Amino acid sequence: MSHRLKQALPNLILALLLMAASLAVIIYLSQTRLRVSGTDLTSIGLLLGGLIFYAGVIVIVRLFENETVLTIALLLPSIVAVAVFVYGFIAWSVRVSLSRWKGLLPDFTYVGLKQYIDLSTDPRFMIDIRNTAIFTTGFLLGCIILGLGLAILLDQKIKGEAIFRGIFLFPMSISFIATGVVWGWLMNPATGSRITGLNLIFQTLGLDFLISRWHTSAPPWGMAFTVIPAVWQLTGFTMALYLGGIRSIPEEVREAARVDGATELEIYRYIILPYLQPVTLSAIIILGHMSLKIFDLIVAIGNKNIRLDVPGIYMWTTTFDGTNYAQGAAIGILMLISVAILVVPYLVYSMRTEAQI
Amino acid sequence: MRTHFTPIRIFYYLILAAMAVFFLLPVYMMLLTGVKPLSEVDLKTMWQLPTDGIRFENFIAGFRQLAPNIKNSLSMVIPAALISSLLGSFNGYLLSKWRFRGSNLIFTLILFGMFIPYQSILIPLVRFMQFMRLYGDIPGLVLVHVIYGIPITTLIFRNYYATISTEIIEAGRIDGANLFGLYRHVVFPLSPPSFAVVIIWQFTQAWNEFLFAVVLTNQSHWPVTVALNNLAGSQLVQWNVLMAATLLAALPTLLVYIFLGRYFLRGLMAGALKG
Repeated sequence: MSHRLKQALPNLILALLLMAASLAVIIYLSQTRLRVSGTDLTSIGLLLGGLIFYAGVIVIVRLFENETVLTIALLLPSIVAVAVFVYGFIAWSVRVSLSRWKGLLPDFTYVGLKQYIDLSTDPRFMIDIRNTAIFTTGFLLGCIILGLGLAILLDQKIKGEAIFRGIFLFPMSISFIATGVVWGWLMNPATGSRITGLNLIFQTLGLDFLISRWHTSAPPWGMAFTVIPAVWQLTGFTMALYLGGIRSIPEEVREAARVDGATELEIYRYIILPYLQPVTLSAIIILGHMSLKIFDLIVAIGNKNIRLDVPGIYMWTTTFDGTNYAQGAAIGILMLISVAILVVPYLVYSMRTEAQI
Repeated sequence: MRTHFTPIRIFYYLILAAMAVFFLLPVYMMLLTGVKPLSEVDLKTMWQLPTDGIRFENFIAGFRQLAPNIKNSLSMVIPAALISSLLGSFNGYLLSKWRFRGSNLIFTLILFGMFIPYQSILIPLVRFMQFMRLYGDIPGLVLVHVIYGIPITTLIFRNYYATISTEIIEAGRIDGANLFGLYRHVVFPLSPPSFAVVIIWQFTQAWNEFLFAVVLTNQSHWPVTVALNNLAGSQLVQWNVLMAATLLAALPTLLVYIFLGRYFLRGLMAGALKG
């Protein structure tokens, strides 16, 4: 025993030194403030102090030579961070949504489901739900039809396939804000002598029937036009998903069908499309949850125009412009529920299938 | 099978070309508008090529508008991407090679954090950041991107490490390497491709992010997305400058896509879980 202790001693001293040093840093920082060229780094310093302390703890945990305990100890910072910043904050938001906090000072007076009941008769929130439904439908249909179509086209031994793929995918690397700003200009609704953007192209080409007021059309059609930039941005991603699916079908399967006398069209109809169903499910879940959360794209196009309002924007304005924190929290939680209904079954399913392997 | 230019194949190329025009149109418009001299900027002639040579005055004006914000974005995005990738690498290693009872459940619970609408945690987050005095400035935003980046970075590394055969790990263990030794001598040397994927992914995400940026920073620390949105909403900036500024704001991630597209795509596909 004393032999083991002797072996462990250097590590023990190291651990104690780390912990003592970090405690000194933490105590020092909590009494003064750390400023580096105008930026307040006190909290970051405290965080680093905490991490050094934690390193000391890890050194001690290592001495027990139990690998499971060590693994959990090493994962702990991430687990705690997610537990607090995701689950803890959700619980906190739920509590705020059950209060009547309005104004800058927190007011946690419990009022039950009042915020949710108020929202259910709130005309603006009804517009938001309608807009989200329009956007989601158009966005999913547009991305899936165009994405699948492009994937099938690119599967026809196209020359320059890589170039086309590159062109269809590049919008994925751009921010929704930049997309919204540019498309806001392309979809300029001005007419007459100020006609510009896409409308100008249509006029020049003699396609006057295509000239439109775009996203400024009367509700609910204005919202439908915001789908165009969103589809522009995510069709490439959907195409890549489908192309990956198509490419993972062994060539022998297609060859066997050809030998059996199937035409290329039949091969797509009876072999490839059924095979792609799981890809469609993934696409629906990923695109669907994005569309339920859609926020920055609409902000950039609509500039808080009430006709293009969505829950994400309502939450933002009611909370930070209207200081109606309770209502903002309720909208946030409703958004979370809608996303969870879509995503949680998928996550649980993924975990189950993986556990079987 | 040889391919011939049959009518149907020409039709395929026509559709693809038309789609390519649709995808490139916004970039063409931004470039075209950006390189025109101020005297030629007119809504009526926005699609016509410049008649008097190419100028860069719009880009210079746009850059002047956004320069402080580009600096803010860079000083936020680079640390966020680097810290995220280190954290994700270690989490992924532990969750794929050192599984324990409940590790899959923990992983799934972490993963859920990737899908939540951030509006559902925004009020507590703002209060917390104010309490920690991290509100308004870049370090706070870095912290937020690192924490909410844990799910995706852990996912990408975990899936990558799952492809490292257990035999290599077992061999390392027989040679007496412990958890840290295996990471340092076996797993980490195999990781550079994944680091590239994760760093590029986090760089793009943090650069393009808007909600956290607009809520958690004050005007002097606005990242480029917030500044661009503000520029677009103001009446003071001419639209040709705005288009040039938009292209500048999109340029870093666009360049990453053009030159490191392979890695960017892998991050993109990892977000689709197992597809």
